[in-house]
Amino acid sequence: MTSTGRVAADEGRVAPVSAPVIAVRRLGKSYETARGPVVALDNIDFTVGEGEFVALLGPSGCGKSTLLKILAGLLSASSGEAVLRGTVIAGPRRDIGVVFQSPVLFPWRTVLANVVLPADVQRLGREQHRRLAMELLDLVGLAGFEHRYPWELSGGMQQRVAMVRALIHDPAMLLMDEPFGALDAMTREQMNLELQRIWLERRKTVVFITHSIPEAVFLADRVLVMTPRPGRIAEIVPVEIARPRPLDVMNTEAFGASVRRIRAHFSAHGGLDA
Amino acid sequence: MTVSRKSLLRLCLIVASLLVWEAAVRLFAVPVFILPAPSSIAMALYRGTVSSLYIDNLGVTLVETVLGFAAGTSLAFILGVAVALSRRTEYYLYPYIVMFQSLPKVALAPLIIVWFGLGLTSKVINAALIAFFPLMVNTIVGLRSADEDRINLMRSLDASEWQIFWMLRLPSALPFIMAGLQVAMIFSLIGAIVAEFVGATSGLGMLIQSLNFNADIAGVFSILIILSVLGLILNQIISVVRRRVLFWDPSEKAAADVTKGGMP
Repeated sequence: MTSTGRVAADEGRVAPVSAPVIAVRRLGKSYETARGPVVALDNIDFTVGEGEFVALLGPSGCGKSTLLKILAGLLSASSGEAVLRGTVIAGPRRDIGVVFQSPVLFPWRTVLANVVLPADVQRLGREQHRRLAMELLDLVGLAGFEHRYPWELSGGMQQRVAMVRALIHDPAMLLMDEPFGALDAMTREQMNLELQRIWLERRKTVVFITHSIPEAVFLADRVLVMTPRPGRIAEIVPVEIARPRPLDVMNTEAFGASVRRIRAHFSAHGGLDA
Repeated sequence: MTVSRKSLLRLCLIVASLLVWEAAVRLFAVPVFILPAPSSIAMALYRGTVSSLYIDNLGVTLVETVLGFAAGTSLAFILGVAVALSRRTEYYLYPYIVMFQSLPKVALAPLIIVWFGLGLTSKVINAALIAFFPLMVNTIVGLRSADEDRINLMRSLDASEWQIFWMLRLPSALPFIMAGLQVAMIFSLIGAIVAEFVGATSGLGMLIQSLNFNADIAGVFSILIILSVLGLILNQIISVVRRRVLFWDPSEKAAADVTKGGMP
């Protein structure tokens, strides 16, 4: 890491190389409850550049899933706005792909039919998307599994199917909500490597939610550190480690420095996995 | 013990119990109008079958049952969908649903005979009425059971409510709907028989009544055998359909036969 990079990073406003794909401006969300309003998100401000991988990191209850739901158009913001490719996100849109915590596959559809679900829903050409699906399944190492059913696959394989499904309609942005949280630690590492490989090949713009600091540092170009009650962005930490990053990058000084810097935000709060 | 030896033993037990029954009836000279011997039942079954009396009446009951099943379950499905998808429909239909659900539907059979006569119509209506509730309730519960994450996924893809219904809610409801259909099938048979008891000119229920009246208890037993075979076949048909439709449902392999509890 160069010293100039460090200075730019410390300012916390590393301008993305190209125009932002996503711009979130002064976004807030509050809920009315029986005990009065609860502020889930407060004054969230960030941008994500074309082809950038951003991790949203925070403990449970910091509002990161709420933020993802707003970005996916499933919830509306109370104040501020989220803009995707120049238009405000006001509801579900067709240029977003979402990967949820669980694979959320339809057991009555084959792997291939699950993958082309977005194309079916949005009435895009089925034949063309079938071909694309086969290519993407091959990319994630699931060639030959297209006619299997989800319940015949392992958890890691199911989550790969979900990733392919989120990519099939060529979305402008890929939202991932703790996609590997339900997997065992070993599978999770493999999936992180796999995701990095896919991302290097496809260069999608990714917003990746996680509560694991090493996972965020390993995958992201920038880590948006969120603190809870109300959900705020405490710091934006750039990760300047060359790609492709092998798993043992986790033992390097640069990696450790980023992890320590992020963890400092939580040492007073606790409740975060390392 | 191997499977073939087990099934052989089971068969031996059945034969032995029939022999004991036969011997007991002969030994203690039980009057035939109280408990007929298996041989007399077999004779009655044979005579009724070759004279086409049983076949004709079986045909009548089968038509009533199948038509009642089709009418009752179609209506139940349509109303179930309407209630599950629209809170307003639910609000207005709710009092009727609650009232009818707690009513033993067989108690309506005399009224239905008065209103619709001794012919086919009253039997079909009675069968339909009894088949209706298990399917409607299961359709409502099934359609509302769709997984929240899957609904969110469909919404995030900008799916219409119509697409969410066809691509997600309906398939998710199928395990419940198939279970409802299985119960409804047997319930339709009960509905048809009960209506025949109350007033009919043909059908197996009517035949039981008239044989009973003539103290032909062996005849009554032979009809009971036909009815239980009929129930078994109808149930098997739905079971086969169910297994084919729900090949993806993990609970299907372990699913208990819903009709095992017997008939009301």
